[in-house]
Amino acid sequence: MDLLLSMIFKDAFWFAVIRSTTPILFATLGAVVASRAGAINIGIEGTMLTGALMGVIFSAYTQNVWIGLLAAVLSGILVSMLLGYFALKLRTNIVLTGIAINILAAGGTVFLLAELTGDKGISTSLNSLVLPNVNIPIINSIPVIGNILSGHNILTYVAILCIILMHILFNNMSLGLRIKAVGESPEAAESVGIDVFRIKFIALIISGIFAALGGAFLSMGYVSWFSSGMTAGRGFIALAARAIAGNTSLGSLFASFLFGFADTLSNYLQEFSIPVEFIHMTPYLVTIIGFIVISIINDKKELERKKKQMN
Amino acid sequence: MSSLKLSTKINKYDTLRTVIAILIALIISAIIIFATSETPIYSINNFLFGPIQKLKYFSNVLEMMIPLTFTGLALCIIYQSKHFSLIADGCFFMGAIVASYVAINFTLPKAIHPVVAMIFSGIIGGCIGVLPGILKIKWKANELVTSLMFNYVFYFFGLYIVNYYLRDPEASVFASYRFNKSFALPRILPGTRLHAGFLIAILFIILAYIYIYKTKWGYEIRTVGDNINFAKYSGINTAKVIISSQFIAGAVAGIGGAIEMSGMYKRFLWDVTPSYAWDGVIIALLAKNNPKYVPLAAFFLSYLRIGADMMSRRADVDNEIISIIQAVMILLIAAERFLAYWKQREENKLAKEKYLNAKKEVQ
Repeated sequence: MDLLLSMIFKDAFWFAVIRSTTPILFATLGAVVASRAGAINIGIEGTMLTGALMGVIFSAYTQNVWIGLLAAVLSGILVSMLLGYFALKLRTNIVLTGIAINILAAGGTVFLLAELTGDKGISTSLNSLVLPNVNIPIINSIPVIGNILSGHNILTYVAILCIILMHILFNNMSLGLRIKAVGESPEAAESVGIDVFRIKFIALIISGIFAALGGAFLSMGYVSWFSSGMTAGRGFIALAARAIAGNTSLGSLFASFLFGFADTLSNYLQEFSIPVEFIHMTPYLVTIIGFIVISIINDKKELERKKKQMN
Repeated sequence: MSSLKLSTKINKYDTLRTVIAILIALIISAIIIFATSETPIYSINNFLFGPIQKLKYFSNVLEMMIPLTFTGLALCIIYQSKHFSLIADGCFFMGAIVASYVAINFTLPKAIHPVVAMIFSGIIGGCIGVLPGILKIKWKANELVTSLMFNYVFYFFGLYIVNYYLRDPEASVFASYRFNKSFALPRILPGTRLHAGFLIAILFIILAYIYIYKTKWGYEIRTVGDNINFAKYSGINTAKVIISSQFIAGAVAGIGGAIEMSGMYKRFLWDVTPSYAWDGVIIALLAKNNPKYVPLAAFFLSYLRIGADMMSRRADVDNEIISIIQAVMILLIAAERFLAYWKQREENKLAKEKYLNAKKEVQ
């Protein structure tokens, strides 16, 4: 136990927490945008996976890391357009559409990887690039905090920027307000002349961009390669994190931080004589527990609201 | 009378739409094969006709049908109550683990051993199956999210059991100890690996059909699925219905895992989960949640899988192409508006006929 505590109080631990938080934060933001528009995006997992592979392929073939990132984002947009077209235009059940996208991405990425490299598991034979780390000038020189907050991958800072952008989007911009209106009551939104289809479609595309950024971080920052199924359920965890976040951008930071913490803790636990299976299980267990706790709280709130209405 | 006619016509339209969706999926895969393969004709030939070249290959299709049938049935039962739980995957995997435990540690007579394993696997599968349902009923926790998370948890928990209690240290790869010989299900087709699990699967299809369409419980599940508020007002204990149906679904999936172990394996070898639940979703969708159509859907999917495997072994196209076909099928079959124009025209025509008939009667 002492050993564990001494680990937790090291800078490196908290640095790793922020690193693990990043992909889940992106995915959670994606889940929040979709949910605000009244859509559940199960396809985030597959979108992340697609983004991760596209980033690797395009950065390897162009030897330009930014083109890789751009390709990842574009793939996220395309996948979300597919999701939007089927779910909104052809009225396919949105959960089934998401499942289809996940199946497509899980198999399609392996298919493409095998076509390009002959390897079904990992992309190490591709010489893909990694996005740069950034040292923040002033924070950099503060003793402990500098070690924790500075020197992260650029996408980590982009993720934090995205939280702020999301906050502005939903509180100060007409698009954000329209997304909220559509999510709360599509009929009411329609009656005041909002194009519900278009707004939902845009929300799904924004959701896809976030998911793809999360995927790109995994393969071009967290590690420097793509491996099959490397998202490991992070897109699904994000759906739970969204519920814990209560659909707010700041909540997203808190919820994904929780999973970043669980993820890092589980990595550090490998030093102890705990079965490795339980260590791998930790992030998912934490998700379930967190999700149950928030469901209980929401349920209580709902009951109280009903009671008030009765009085 | 005419409304009956209308519904059969629309069913016909649904079937047509399914067939067209499948055709489009196959055409897309053919395009991909032509784009990536150096011997596209040879590849496609193996994909489409490989499974019927030899009895052994065709038997592979029937063998693969067995686990698909069980997960497909489990998801049909769950989806009848309109609950989107994917827990069947965890139930199936844990069913296989529990069966392996029974297979290694129990000594029982030949006919009884696999049955005992199925009972244990069924109970454990059922208990796992109800978890998302309980959380949903008690605290309105979304069952899709919790079931996905539980699947990961049980996957790692299962690996823990194998690694710490069943693993054979002398095996060079990830493998459990050998199963006792009495655990194996008998083969039913000479020269192939087709086992008695096939017959059990048929039995379960019939039982599931009776359960959903011929019993009071099945009626209650369908009522809950159609309109949960109506079900509540008509005095159905909806919580009990949801929990009991998910227990049964989980048990079916768990038994499926046990049968897969006792029919096809001599040791537990799955270090990655075979994830039959996603196929189960497609089967439930193809079968419109009706157990009656599950064998057809399972056969079709199994045929595609074996065909794709043969193609990847003999030619230069990877079997992952199957996931592209599956995704396109889900998207198009579940698309309400796909080919809706035809449906609309058919409905208009029938409505017009009905109107003219009514007019005649009045005159």
